[in-house]
Amino acid sequence: MVTLNINGRDQQVDADPSTPILWALRDNLNMTGTKFGCGAALCGACTVHLNGDAIRSCVTPISAAAGQKITTIEAMEADKVGKAVQDAWVKHDVPQCGYCQSGQVMSAAALLRTNTKPSDTDIDNAMSGNICRCGTYQRIRLAIKDAAKTLA
Amino acid sequence: MKAEWFKGAADAAALQGSSSRRGFLKAGAAATGGLVLGFMLPGAGRLARAAEAKPAVVAPNAFVRVAPDNTVTVIVNRLEFGQGVHTALPMVIADELDADWRQMRSELAPAADVYKDPVFGMQITGGSGTIAHSFTQYREVGARARAMLVGAAAAQWKVDPARCRTDKGVVIGPGGQKATYGELADAAARMPVPQAVTLKDQKQFRYIGKPMPRLDARAKSSGRQQFGIDLHPQGTRVAVVAHPPVFGAKVAKFDAAKARAIRGVVAVLEIPVDRGGRGVVVIADGYWPAKQGRDALAIEWDTSAVEKVDSARQLAQFTELSKTPGAVARQADVSKLAGAPKKISAVYEFPYLAHAPMEPINCTVDLKDDSCTLWVGSQYQTGDQAAAAATAGLKPEQVTLHTVMAGGGFGRRAVPSSDFVVEAVNIAKAYKAAGHQGPVKMIWSREDDIKGGYYRPSHVHRADIGLDAKGNIVAWDHVIVGQSIMAGTPFEAFMVKNGVDGTMIEGMGEPYGIPLNLTAHTAKANVPVLWWRSVGSTHTAYVMETLIDEAAHAAGQDPVAYRKKLIDAKHARHHAALDLAVAKSGYGKNKLPKGHAWGVALHESFNSVIAYVVEASVKDGVPRLHKVTAGVHCNLAVNPLTIEAQIQGAALMGLGTTLPGAAITLKDGVVEQQNFGDYVVARMNEMPQIEVHVVPSQDAPTGMGEPGLPPLAPAYANALFKLTGKRLRKLPFDLASA
Repeated sequence: MVTLNINGRDQQVDADPSTPILWALRDNLNMTGTKFGCGAALCGACTVHLNGDAIRSCVTPISAAAGQKITTIEAMEADKVGKAVQDAWVKHDVPQCGYCQSGQVMSAAALLRTNTKPSDTDIDNAMSGNICRCGTYQRIRLAIKDAAKTLA
Repeated sequence: MKAEWFKGAADAAALQGSSSRRGFLKAGAAATGGLVLGFMLPGAGRLARAAEAKPAVVAPNAFVRVAPDNTVTVIVNRLEFGQGVHTALPMVIADELDADWRQMRSELAPAADVYKDPVFGMQITGGSGTIAHSFTQYREVGARARAMLVGAAAAQWKVDPARCRTDKGVVIGPGGQKATYGELADAAARMPVPQAVTLKDQKQFRYIGKPMPRLDARAKSSGRQQFGIDLHPQGTRVAVVAHPPVFGAKVAKFDAAKARAIRGVVAVLEIPVDRGGRGVVVIADGYWPAKQGRDALAIEWDTSAVEKVDSARQLAQFTELSKTPGAVARQADVSKLAGAPKKISAVYEFPYLAHAPMEPINCTVDLKDDSCTLWVGSQYQTGDQAAAAATAGLKPEQVTLHTVMAGGGFGRRAVPSSDFVVEAVNIAKAYKAAGHQGPVKMIWSREDDIKGGYYRPSHVHRADIGLDAKGNIVAWDHVIVGQSIMAGTPFEAFMVKNGVDGTMIEGMGEPYGIPLNLTAHTAKANVPVLWWRSVGSTHTAYVMETLIDEAAHAAGQDPVAYRKKLIDAKHARHHAALDLAVAKSGYGKNKLPKGHAWGVALHESFNSVIAYVVEASVKDGVPRLHKVTAGVHCNLAVNPLTIEAQIQGAALMGLGTTLPGAAITLKDGVVEQQNFGDYVVARMNEMPQIEVHVVPSQDAPTGMGEPGLPPLAPAYANALFKLTGKRLRKLPFDLASA
């Protein structure tokens, strides 16, 4: 049994300590907003925040997260930065298939929390770990800049 | 897939009475009240008849439901996997229904005859056909529902329906009476369905033609949207399969002791897999124990009976074959080739490509003695339902297939062999036979997906072109070598003609007035192949558009002017798209930054024409695409916001095919790539700025999901030629060795 602090709440997870956070969320806690894309930290679909930093939950075992703060897409609506990002996503009609977008939103929120006016290069650096096969990158870029303005 | 190839299938379907036009619309009440308008098919499956007998049941024949709570739900007869039909078809109904956009909802239809594509005669999402084929179908549904709501209001108010009007979900009577659609829904369900309806004049459109935001944007930005992989019916267990390393290979023996020892593992079973192969499935309480279980298996494979493809050897074979003519696809006199004063000779190479949709392949199956329920992001419900039934030993009507939202697909979820659906049903069968019960969700890892086959086929093209002294093309002899996508599938009968697979040669020749002599060799290889967004145009457009560019340069003429001279006036849409891209980009007028160059390409696929003018540079040997200006001709632009998204997405996918690492290769029959680390796709830092301009038109809308892909790579290559003087004959690009 591992105790995880997820979105401000302690939760007991009955799983092998090697279990990645991703699968504890999805299979043990039925929180399916965080997506499985590659299982190897190559695509970013599983991005969550660990103590505020964007991490890939598909390769981070729950044993490494005990006692730390995990934040998922499910908490973004109640988060000032997260909400601004989501509103910008809707305003710019970003999603296509939408599967990668939880991860994109989490990476964008982590970026905007530390960088209130990201340049194109900042956005490239923060977002290039998140693959979107539908090709929504141009709208993501616009939405991040828009969210930054709303938050300023 | 092109509509014309399916004409045979559609005709056959119409004869059997399964074309929607042969059916009739029927109103009914939903269990929760309100108006349900659906198609009924004479002699259709059991489900439709049951629905007719018991209209109180929410029947799988509905196309629109107007509920007493004033919501209007449109049932989408396709898969939504990014292309936007979940918004476009509701727009079409909302317009004719005269609904308020805020009351619109969307739902994906399950497998049922009424939901077959009216042109293809099967339930399939492909060929960029949703709007092209179902625009009028859905308009008519909306118009009929509106007439019934008006009729119900007129009856209540005892007035002539002709004196009532509608406005954003409200019927307004001649005396100013008002009733919402929700208030009228129950009464409207009892009205007769009008035989004939008058559709709106295009000038009256309220939503069609306007940039309408997606209905699913909020759900998809908040993690609330459920995809197939997220579904978890009560008691579901997760299955992960150890697939053979070579397609079709078998299990010699395996030791499951270590896998069984993993906590949460419930069963380890040998199962049949695709192409006659065998695999071992691990079924567990969740993905992680199932995956750990699979990794702990010790399997000895028997690959003795299957061909082991080697990419280098295959390339040599294809190249050799291309030196001889294949089966004739198109004939022209090439006698002027020998004496032509200028010649272009070129050999092109294209690799296998994986679709790699972001949501890994998955399928949930609940198999019982007399029924089978599937939850799957299927692009091909008709085939998948039939294949599931055959695998389970049931009748198709005993199989319920729920279409669930899919995270991309690009063709991979429409498989003539239904490979992954059959695998999932085989898992469920083995699981049930071993004494277990309940649903099983098969999830492929990304490695399973990259290695799992069904690739865009690899190809070699050989072209020999002769030009006269003025640069006119006087002879063009062309050979294509590749595997057939259609051979061995139910589509072969009408898509392979005279030994030539239509998907291998589509996009060759048109719209240019050139003496093209075209033949094709169909090669065999133990590698499963499939349509991949824009199908044959993924390679033919590249070859055509780089060669036309090369001919223009050989002729010493501007590539845009050269193209326009070669395209006759009948191809007005090509001229319009090209002119628009040229005008908006500033091609030939604007001065580019030092080290940048223009590139142009033009291609028609799925009846839409896309022209790209791109701006590229090369720095330290690394090419870079900066800007793309698109001229789009898709006739009536139903949702400009979606069109922009589809062009941006398709262009990026086209760019992806040029990036080093965008190739599937095999050695000793084993796919060498594993995951996104070695199978490269485009990322944020590669995204050019893409501007989309649409030629205004009122003609019947044409495809948009795929046509944006083909002209991107050749436009980029043409720009790189101007910068480097190198013709890139091989995808992905390799400037250093070109």
